[in-house]
Amino acid sequence: MSDLKYSIHHEWVRIEGDVATIGITDHAQEQLGDIVFVEVPEVGRTLEKDEEAAVVESVKAASEVYAPISGEVTESNGALDDAPETVNKDPLGEGWFFKMTVADKAELDELMDEAGYKALIESES
Amino acid sequence: MAENSAGGAKTPLYELHRELGGKLVTFAGYELPIQYDAGIKTEHLHTRAAASLFDVSHMGQARVTGDDRVAAMESLLPADIAGLPVQSIKYSFLTNDSGGIRDDLMVTNGGDSLQLVLNAACKQADLAYIRAALAGRATVTELTDLALLALQGPQAAEVLARFAPGIARLPFMTAAALEIDGVSCVASRSGYTGEDGYELSMPAAGADKVARCLLAAPEVAPAGLGARDSLRLEAGLCLYGHDIDETTTPVEAGLTWAIPKRRRQEGGFPGAETVQRQLSEGVARKRVGILPEGRAPVREGTEILSAAGESVGQVTSGGFGPSLGGPLAMGYVTATQAAVDTPLLVVVRGKELPCKVVKLPFVQQNYFRG
Repeated sequence: MSDLKYSIHHEWVRIEGDVATIGITDHAQEQLGDIVFVEVPEVGRTLEKDEEAAVVESVKAASEVYAPISGEVTESNGALDDAPETVNKDPLGEGWFFKMTVADKAELDELMDEAGYKALIESES
Repeated sequence: MAENSAGGAKTPLYELHRELGGKLVTFAGYELPIQYDAGIKTEHLHTRAAASLFDVSHMGQARVTGDDRVAAMESLLPADIAGLPVQSIKYSFLTNDSGGIRDDLMVTNGGDSLQLVLNAACKQADLAYIRAALAGRATVTELTDLALLALQGPQAAEVLARFAPGIARLPFMTAAALEIDGVSCVASRSGYTGEDGYELSMPAAGADKVARCLLAAPEVAPAGLGARDSLRLEAGLCLYGHDIDETTTPVEAGLTWAIPKRRRQEGGFPGAETVQRQLSEGVARKRVGILPEGRAPVREGTEILSAAGESVGQVTSGGFGPSLGGPLAMGYVTATQAAVDTPLLVVVRGKELPCKVVKLPFVQQNYFRG
């Protein structure tokens, strides 16, 4: 998974060409517990880096998912409507939240790599 | 997650919770597991399918003694204590002068005493209040050396019967003594999940032993506070400080089933006039069950609107029900909007989501009916 970048809000970003796929990390889903509801952004929505992009709710509480970079939403994972638990089971794969364009490539440099994210988790525990 | 070294008090099962991988949080001043590795959903579903063990030792246990204890306690709560048979238990509440609720509790006739179980967050205030109110009439002793465990679920009786064969026939809302692995316990056929089950009181020194013994049963799994909350919400049970508080009367809360006829007629508890007036004239607002139409959970504090868009109330408890398979909530609405099936709206993240009033409980209750 060395092609993934990470935000401080525990989102991962996978860049494939001009498209960025966004999800939440395994650490995030574990912290949340059983996920019971996900609200993904509509296709076409413009997001600014760090803007609230999606909602993920566990049994106990609601959490925000933030846009790790700026861009426009090109696809959102509708399968999470009926099966929000997919985020717990496969957070880096089938549990993806949305795809977006990369408005500013420089913003990618502000994200962490795997080592940086591991250090973040350790510092928070 | 950063561990707060100041933390909270430890129950006798603290080491066991850590051993079992409990995710500890500070609740009412105690370090307790919100869940274990299985997670809230699994723990909740296991309770309704088999049996779960909960540590509820944070709750207050107290004994009231003295020749005048029955009349004294009746002056504080609207239960029938005078007619309560030995070993029988009643659900009741301490009322205030406006008819509001100071705390809800369980009271057992222990023969030579009355036993109380109080909410953890209220226990110190409750005890101070009861002591002051009963000064000279009765003595209140906090039983700080006792632990409290709850074994809940359709297989709880089968499990407990291995230690005391007759315990499976113990009637709902009665107590009996039994021994588990050499530890003297008192079992009450009661609980906070809507399922059959028992609440077990024992000396703190024996709690770990009893818990391990029960957890050794193949049917039994540990469950934390998260599942405890989702279970009671599905069962339509109130959580003090949320669904009931000093501003809600038992009539508004739909708890008059706990006030027997004699006490309704005679009064003699704080706020009795208000309660009596509400019983005869009605109330302006009522606690109801709310079923959202969609999948988004609707949580405490959410504004409730009528179908026409007028503000008619607020959600007091809400979340996700694993057995129900979707979101559920309780709240208070204007009495005219409280009929079952009334369509309403709840305001979630700025959007008006459709929901409706439903009958409580959300999930069928399975109390032991003998």
